[in-house]
Amino acid sequence: MAEALIFVLLMIDATIRVAAPLVLAAFAGMVAERSGVIDIGLEGKMLAGAFAAATAAAMTGSAWLGLIAAILVSIAFAMLHAYACVTHNGNQVVSGMAINILVAGLGPTLAIAWFGLAGQTPNLEGPARFAGFALPGADVLEALPLAGPLYKEVISGHNILVYLTVALIPVVAVLIYKTRFGLRLRAVGENPHAVDTAGISVAQLRYLAMAVNGALCGIAGAYLSTAAAAGFVRDMSAGKGYLALAAMIFGKWKPVPTVLACLLFAFADALQIRLQGVAIPGIGEIPVQAIQALPYILTVVLLAGFVGKAVAPKSSGIPYVKDR
Amino acid sequence: MKDEALPAWVEYFAIPGINLLMALIIAGLVVVFMGESPWVALGALLGGAFGSLEQFGYTLFYTTSFIFTGLAVAVAFHCGLFNIGGEGQAMMGGLGVTLVCLGYDGTSWPLLFPLAVMGAIAFGALWSFLPGYLQATRGSHTVITTIMFNFLAAILLNYLLVEVLIAPGQQSPQTIRFDEAGHLPFAHDLLRGFGLETGRSPLNITFLLALAVAGLVWLFLWRTRWGYEMRAVGQSEPAARYGGISPGPMIVMAMVISGALAGLMGVNEVMGSQHRLVLGFTAGFGFAGIAVALMGRNHPFGVVLAALLFGVLYQGGSELAFEIPTFTSDVVVVIQGLVILFCGALENIFRKPIVRIFEIRRLLREL
Repeated sequence: MAEALIFVLLMIDATIRVAAPLVLAAFAGMVAERSGVIDIGLEGKMLAGAFAAATAAAMTGSAWLGLIAAILVSIAFAMLHAYACVTHNGNQVVSGMAINILVAGLGPTLAIAWFGLAGQTPNLEGPARFAGFALPGADVLEALPLAGPLYKEVISGHNILVYLTVALIPVVAVLIYKTRFGLRLRAVGENPHAVDTAGISVAQLRYLAMAVNGALCGIAGAYLSTAAAAGFVRDMSAGKGYLALAAMIFGKWKPVPTVLACLLFAFADALQIRLQGVAIPGIGEIPVQAIQALPYILTVVLLAGFVGKAVAPKSSGIPYVKDR
Repeated sequence: MKDEALPAWVEYFAIPGINLLMALIIAGLVVVFMGESPWVALGALLGGAFGSLEQFGYTLFYTTSFIFTGLAVAVAFHCGLFNIGGEGQAMMGGLGVTLVCLGYDGTSWPLLFPLAVMGAIAFGALWSFLPGYLQATRGSHTVITTIMFNFLAAILLNYLLVEVLIAPGQQSPQTIRFDEAGHLPFAHDLLRGFGLETGRSPLNITFLLALAVAGLVWLFLWRTRWGYEMRAVGQSEPAARYGGISPGPMIVMAMVISGALAGLMGVNEVMGSQHRLVLGFTAGFGFAGIAVALMGRNHPFGVVLAALLFGVLYQGGSELAFEIPTFTSDVVVVIQGLVILFCGALENIFRKPIVRIFEIRRLLREL
């Protein structure tokens, strides 16, 4: 019984670890698309953030400076996206793809130039990384039934970025639903003409949304290279940006459902690692690929409208051109 | 955005040329930033692509794959669709080729070639049919569904190569080597028959297929009723509908053709060069198709030229890594990204001023 409990707790723990960067990136996508800018460049901005964080942390020895560098670099790419899509009415999907491919090449190129290492940055140690830490009382409370192990294994022991992510969930939700900026943001994604008529600049709102988007992607990137791993490795985002995009769609562009979608996808990931080579009684060994495929299949099914309907913000993807 | 009536040479050569130049200048700055001379790098790149017949063979070999993936993106574009699924469709095409080659081994290549082409077309088209169908009937955006199908293709291929098709006693996920029937003749072997001695390169007869297919795509788009209807849907769906064209079937057809074209890349890589199915053989060529199509202005002739350009970049870039130790072929990926940025996302930066110049010229002439 105790063993089963620990197994469940460790699964939840692993799920949270995988989910944190997904939540950050999915929220980034959500803010962008709510403002009417499609962003398939989440992957690239995360990777850029990961590289910037690892580079700055390796050079300064501080994970916090790494985090700041990640946020700044990621915002810079978000501004590039906004410049192409908002200022010049460029194709948003093309721009996102350009950022993804550009960053995929730029990271390893600069890593070789600066560190002489093939496609990676030096190993980070000590304060250059965000290590997990125990919350106060984790050992004392462990003796309590259920709540003790739950506190110790699931709630305590994460790195600071996980707690930051948890704190950001209500912040972003409030930002979108309870602030003036949020109201305008949602309006500009649905009907930019109405917002423009009200005398509010559509372009300015979309730039602001992209700045938030960049900051969130930057944190997600720093998480990958300075918290989850100890340095930047080529292609380390490994499709997480696209998975976050899927989670955002699965969450129907709403904060809480998006978090739940991220948790579901992260759980699938934790599960497939656990189930590798394990035979389940009565079923036999499930190919891990079947579980890996689950998030993508679910997203397509949802997009097809067979289970519920995912409706994007009405004006997302359409450049706003003033009628003259 | 073609309504401003620019002369054809500006539309098809000057603007892409300026965009390419911008991408190369920025890439050059990256090279300078790395502490190397961009001119030395450019020289090494061109030398690597054209330096010998062998190297030029490699260049044309990569060009072949780029033609297929570029045409795939271009055809979908003409119907107003964005197919980012070239990567997954090419993987499936390679799977189709592999199944043909493994299933009919012990025969001969002239028999297997058309079968493998059909296998590539069928499997590539299969992988783009559903995104097309869902777009046509349920409005699911192809951008997202094709991204999802890329991952699904990679996962499926991973499963098949790790669990089912893996060569016995093999550690890395790849199939057994095909027997002779599954090897397309190399260009250097064919040319030797004519008494021409060229270096060994993976260039094979699929190159000729690619050129023929580019011609067929042109015929289809501008000389057939379906091509016309497809482009009409791409220009304006309501107008096409008003003109009696049903958009749904056109969307599905565009996606199926697009997937089939991407799938054909599998013939070049799998049957033409590697003679086995290796995990990850598509190596980002499917995504590069976006850059090729944008650069080539979605015109089959332009796509062939752009594919040659990317073939040069790709082959030259891998030679660059030997010449300058601090370089890897990642620099080429950077250039690819910059080309997509300048030819696609930022094309209006230069287009608008150029359009204005021509408008002023027209006004002056009228005065």
